[in-house]
Amino acid sequence: MDSKKSLKKTNFSLTDVVSIYDFSREDIIYVLERAKEIESMSAAEKSKLLENKIVASMFFEPSTRTRLSFETAIQALGAKVIGFAEAGVTSAKKGETFSDTIKVMSNYADLLVMRHPLSGTARLAAEKSNKPILNGGDGPNQHPTQTLLDLYTIKKYVGEIDGLKIGFAGDLKYGRTVHSLATALTHFNATQYYISPQSLKMPKHLTDEIKEKCKVYETEELEKYIPELDVLYMTRIQKERFPDELEYAKVKDAYVLEKSMLKNAKKTMKVMHPLPRVNEISTDVDETEHAIYFQQTASGIPVREALLDILSKVKK
Amino acid sequence: MNKEEIIKKIRVRVTPIGNGTAIDHIEPGKGLRIVEILGLNSGNAASIALNTESRKMKEKRKDLILMENRFLTEEELNKIRLIAKNATVNTIKNFKIEKKESLDLPEKVQGILKCINPACITNHEEIKTKFSIKNNPVQAKCFYCETAMNKEEIRKHIK
Repeated sequence: MDSKKSLKKTNFSLTDVVSIYDFSREDIIYVLERAKEIESMSAAEKSKLLENKIVASMFFEPSTRTRLSFETAIQALGAKVIGFAEAGVTSAKKGETFSDTIKVMSNYADLLVMRHPLSGTARLAAEKSNKPILNGGDGPNQHPTQTLLDLYTIKKYVGEIDGLKIGFAGDLKYGRTVHSLATALTHFNATQYYISPQSLKMPKHLTDEIKEKCKVYETEELEKYIPELDVLYMTRIQKERFPDELEYAKVKDAYVLEKSMLKNAKKTMKVMHPLPRVNEISTDVDETEHAIYFQQTASGIPVREALLDILSKVKK
Repeated sequence: MNKEEIIKKIRVRVTPIGNGTAIDHIEPGKGLRIVEILGLNSGNAASIALNTESRKMKEKRKDLILMENRFLTEEELNKIRLIAKNATVNTIKNFKIEKKESLDLPEKVQGILKCINPACITNHEEIKTKFSIKNNPVQAKCFYCETAMNKEEIRKHIK
């Protein structure tokens, strides 16, 4: 048992979870496998994993969904949670630097979960803290647990990540979720289809980087590649991204997925969405076997539990 | 024009130095930015030749800076590397070149670049910035917020 344990330990190379770009293929697989193991545990078994540990949940900007998902995971693993849900109640308001707040919290907790409106805060926290940092979003930069839960959902509901054929549709220019997942999938030789209006295309530097490792196809037509896909990852097109209303009006309906569009899709093809959706997936898709976006949100719990469990064993 | 003629012409343009530093083979147009960064408008004497002849440079032109009794720190060298990669730095003592160094892009720089991203924590707190540098095309990526700057942006963001 000990040898198995030590072998597994070497499969996770990180001391903090800051950016999905830090993850190797082995690190990703390790997290997904641990999430699967934890998901199959009884509540009693789970509650022993982080027994007697204290986890700080530091939300410098409000995010009910992510925070509650983390805090549910912390409680389920038997740890105690301390922290705050907005920066207004902290010493930041008195002028304390972020670095100082992190150093202070590191004295109280065994592990720090954080979200902050500024980019780079998670990396800075990882430098300043002698306890592991788990990034729940640093401004528009990174949100690695979202990517890992997307990968876990694919593994669970599609089966295989290696060689996956995935279409990303909607706003590919600004979508952090899409950029992170598309990059992570380069470890798995996924064929990627980018479906977006011209003005919201995947950034060129990213497409070029991904093309070095994966096959990439680009199109403006939502339906074109649907029959080939294993996963269609939909995102919201935000009105505020367009310079004028007319531009927005031109594309807004072209990227709405309706049930009728899925008639030529593989039976096993799954539709994902990071939620919240507005109207980009018509509600008649919900009742089909293709829809897994609600299960996708649920994957957040086992994945965050796995990360908490893994990081609680890390020595910095 | 042969090599000797070019050297002669440059000697007329700039004053040779006995002790100090000559920054040669600066990509034409980048010399003034180096002058600004090194703060050469006060202190010791310096001569600058802009857009002067060069056989070595692909543009057949170069900028050149000669600084009397002024030697460069590693940090200053890194700044010059980011502005004009491939420049040559000659350390001169008693009218002789004591050391000649061809500059190359550094792999990492600390504390000399400002991040272009206004929402980066380094623009809100006193933190020494860190960037990793890539070549072809030249790119500097912030260690903290992961934002990348291109060649022009790098030059504008040297502290």
